[in-house]
Amino acid sequence: MYQTSDIKKNLKIKMDNAPWTVVEFLFVKPGKGTAFTRTTLRNLKTGRVIERNFRSGETLEPVDVETREAMFMYKDGEDYVFMDNSTYDQFPVSQEVLGDSSRWLVDNMNCHLLFYEGRPITAEVPNFIEIEITYCEPAVKGNTSQNATKNATIASGATVQVPLFVEEGTIIKIDTRTGEYQGRKSK
Amino acid sequence: MFRVEGVRDRDPSVGDLVRVRSTGASTPLAVTVVHTRHPHDYPATADHRRLGPALWRRLERRAELLSAIRTFFETDGFLEVDTPLLVQSAGTEVHVDPVHAMLTPHAGAPREPRYLITSPELSMKRLLACGSGPIFTLAKVFRDGERGRNHRPEFTMLEWYRPWDRYTTLMSDCERLINALVPAGQVRFVGVDIDLKPPWPRLPFYEALQTIAGVANPERMSADDALAAFATDVERHLDPARPTFITDYPIELASLARPKPSAPELAERFELYLGGLELANAFGELTDADTQRRRCLDENAERGELGKAQMPLDEDFLAALASGMPPSAGIALGIDRLVMVLTDASSIDDVVAF
Repeated sequence: MYQTSDIKKNLKIKMDNAPWTVVEFLFVKPGKGTAFTRTTLRNLKTGRVIERNFRSGETLEPVDVETREAMFMYKDGEDYVFMDNSTYDQFPVSQEVLGDSSRWLVDNMNCHLLFYEGRPITAEVPNFIEIEITYCEPAVKGNTSQNATKNATIASGATVQVPLFVEEGTIIKIDTRTGEYQGRKSK
Repeated sequence: MFRVEGVRDRDPSVGDLVRVRSTGASTPLAVTVVHTRHPHDYPATADHRRLGPALWRRLERRAELLSAIRTFFETDGFLEVDTPLLVQSAGTEVHVDPVHAMLTPHAGAPREPRYLITSPELSMKRLLACGSGPIFTLAKVFRDGERGRNHRPEFTMLEWYRPWDRYTTLMSDCERLINALVPAGQVRFVGVDIDLKPPWPRLPFYEALQTIAGVANPERMSADDALAAFATDVERHLDPARPTFITDYPIELASLARPKPSAPELAERFELYLGGLELANAFGELTDADTQRRRCLDENAERGELGKAQMPLDEDFLAALASGMPPSAGIALGIDRLVMVLTDASSIDDVVAF
């Protein structure tokens, strides 16, 4: 069990049957009142953020969470099969767990998977990926404007917006947090 | 005291030519340092890492502020006094825990328990009872178990007392003092410009719970619950751009204050909030010895219920009240937090050297 004095940023706890991480905390002690620690907690499964006060003397339950680096191998029906990079174990991860991250998955991509009590609950792809355009309308020569865009299908199957001058077969850089085109891969 | 302002020239065979300025002097001097401690000579300690230029600047400002505070009170006719830090009784407040100490009062004698003060209040009142007139002190105080961004177990308290005066006078004292320290009348703290122009808004405790926390009938809550709700749902939502006096606390939350004559369920107590920080706490002081003794015993009983140690009663303090302490107003103000706001420091650790 953790004491309120153990509370710090990124401390992970189990509460209401879910894993939470401490985003912010503050020791509060009114001059004439009882002390407590005010925390902002993020649910590691859903991302929901809540505020919670812990009175001095209250205990917090540690949680079994672990981040593992794993490589995406192949898609098996509705599941995505990953391989743990240190144990070489292979295991399926559902679309529900991957969420939006599945848009960017290509074979052999390394991801961070968060395990809660032995089961994967979230997957994080790298913030920036380099990926090939598998289909787009032909380039408009001479138009180097970044503002006008067109749809492009990338190797993971997702559709992204790219500038008009970008050609099919080009490897482009994408920010997976926003889905935005960041440029062409430098040669 | 000299402050190094910059290195003008480097000559490893002799030393560094540096510009220094005597604290308070306007013209810098050029001085050659014959022996310098070069960064590569010895490993830097945690002290060297902590005491960077930003902290030194805040420590200089802290020293200036302390000096200006003394000038303010001396000009106002107050006497600066020293009170003991090591005492036989540190009060009975339920939620304030003193640090314990052991003392051998003289060679060969058995060791006796002592406490470090949590406030100089009880000693100050003994001086008032002996006809001190208006007094102030800058004292180190100690509170066990209090540590956080706005708390250190050892901190500096400014207290001042006005005999034969009302606690409302202390509100204008606060306005005058802080405006004297900040002639510009405005200070920027964690991204907010605080307007210090008096008079500062006054907000009764229950009204704050109603209008800010949305509690329908706060006077029906227990005093402890009301204070917890205040700390949780009111404190952070006070206007950060104005200092605010919270007034009219329930009497249960002010064991050393006297009741308001017009509303005896409320205490003559206010707190000053500045930049979201609880900065000062003031009372119209309770001077009735019997009532005070009863409140101390009640507090000890409550301590017992919470599994906390009983505190010895301060009989010297109670005797001072019984001897006829004049009706007085007194206030305690946290110096470290004041320096935080006036130097735009977001942590109390950024305004102390150690």
